[in-house]
Amino acid sequence: MIPPRFEYFAPSTLEEAVEILGRYGGEAKVLAGGQSLLPVMKLRLAEPKALVDINRIPNLSYIREEAGGLRIGSTARTNDLNDSDVVKRRYPILSDAAAVIADPLVRNMGTVGGNVSHGDPANDLPACMLALGAAFVVRGPKGTRTIPASSFYKDTFVTTLEPDEILTEIQIPKPKAGQGNAYEKLEKRAGDFPIVGVAANLILGANKKIESAGIGLTAVGPTALHAKAAADSLVGQAPGDAAFKRAADLAMKLAEPVSDLRGPAEYKRAMVGVFAVRALRTAAKRAGGGA
Amino acid sequence: MVEAEVRMPEEAEVGPFVRIHVTVNGTPREAEVETRTLLVHFIREELRLTGTHIGCDTTNCGACTILLDGKAVKSCTILAVQADGRQIRTVEGLAEDGKLHPVQEGFVEEHGLQCGFCTPGMMMTTVALLAKNPNPTEDEIRHAIAGNLCRCTGYVNIVKAVQYAAKKSQGGGSK
Ligand SMILES: Cc1cc2nc3c(=O)[nH]c(=O)nc-3n(C[C@H](O)[C@H](O)[C@H](O)COP(=O)(O)OP(=O)(O)OC[C@H]3O[C@@H](n4cnc5c(N)ncnc54)[C@H](O)[C@@H]3O)c2cc1C
Ligand code: FES
Ligand code: FES
Repeated sequence: MIPPRFEYFAPSTLEEAVEILGRYGGEAKVLAGGQSLLPVMKLRLAEPKALVDINRIPNLSYIREEAGGLRIGSTARTNDLNDSDVVKRRYPILSDAAAVIADPLVRNMGTVGGNVSHGDPANDLPACMLALGAAFVVRGPKGTRTIPASSFYKDTFVTTLEPDEILTEIQIPKPKAGQGNAYEKLEKRAGDFPIVGVAANLILGANKKIESAGIGLTAVGPTALHAKAAADSLVGQAPGDAAFKRAADLAMKLAEPVSDLRGPAEYKRAMVGVFAVRALRTAAKRAGGGA
Repeated sequence: MVEAEVRMPEEAEVGPFVRIHVTVNGTPREAEVETRTLLVHFIREELRLTGTHIGCDTTNCGACTILLDGKAVKSCTILAVQADGRQIRTVEGLAEDGKLHPVQEGFVEEHGLQCGFCTPGMMMTTVALLAKNPNPTEDEIRHAIAGNLCRCTGYVNIVKAVQYAAKKSQGGGSK
């Protein structure tokens, strides 16, 4: 299978890239790792007139921790998350997810920015970004804006990105004392997209009660879902199965899975409950709160 | 940027084309390719290096695995123009002066193949693994080859072949 014809640009600056995207008025697409875009182009599900390859733009593939938190350049590869010590130590939810995204060969090409901007509800990283309260830095013709992950996802393959905007950086708040997080994914076979996935982030206060929480759900709705009510139900509670099961019930209520080859809707909804409890338990353990 | 080098075709039958320069198994190569040409087709049809296989064409099987700047990737899901200016290594680049690469020797010695269709991709993944992790555990080997499917062997002898290569490459024991 060969993709349909297109013009190809490999600009060396973000300004040029934005300019070319603007010139094509919605008919051009950003090419990052190509691990989602090229497959859909082969199937003629997307037929852009032009591709703007952002891989030749320098200084766009870093992973570093700064005073404000973790900064991930959009063309950092999925496998770079697995190779990063700071991620492993301080943002383990991202290691959990990166280890189960596709396979090592796809992860060598696929980018973190592509994973979060593709808008596929089955991508694993968006739920993690929702749970962590991440923000996306976006460059467009009018300059730079920052979009919270919680208002980024609109519908399947639809985000708040304009066609002439490029996601340049992912910002994740610095972990606080008493913070722990985890991603739990149920898959049919190694490397497959999830049947369901649950991302959980917990911050325990000095009194060992939950001070704040974030929960994101993968593959059970038109977009990754921000399970705010479920997370809010945990605030002020002691970490443990009683509170986790209540939150899991709320997450199950929010989920709108559809029956497909990966399983019937009722099964997926039930698994949201099971995997939410598991993710919360691991998050609590990592936060130093037992459970 | 590459824009200036893009030439629109006479009629809309083929193209547009881009001229690319790549180093393939140590040798510089230059070619004009359609923008939509997949790297695997460039390697097989233009360079005539048919050791790199096409199994699924859907980014699942890993038969098309090559090294791009030393990283193992699926060449059916990369455009040839994306390789411009970069190093490509294929299975044909493993043996030197008629002498098998330790990874090739491992697959022969440990019977790491049956039909052989997955083997070139499996070996390229192994080369990348051992470059990064010269002494991998069985678990690490199994995770590393998770993107390379084999319908024949059941993977047991492939794991042994990788262990053989690890031992041979560093002249030491394997974990
Ligand atoms: C066999 C297989 C299995 C997979 N399994 C999983 C899995 O289990 N979990 C998972 O999460 N993913 C999975 N994926 C998808 C993979 O992780 C992709 O790499 C990822 O979805 C997209 O990242 P990319 O860099 O390859 O983006 P591309 O394919 O290059 O782009 C995807 C889309 O995002 C847009 N885009 C990319 N980067 C930017 C940017 N910086 N700014 C604006 N728009 C941008 C593109 O225009 C395009 O529309 C799988 C893929 C394959 C082939
Ligand atoms: S042919 Fe490339 S992954 Fe199967
Ligand atoms: S030896 Fe036949 S597919 Fe692996």
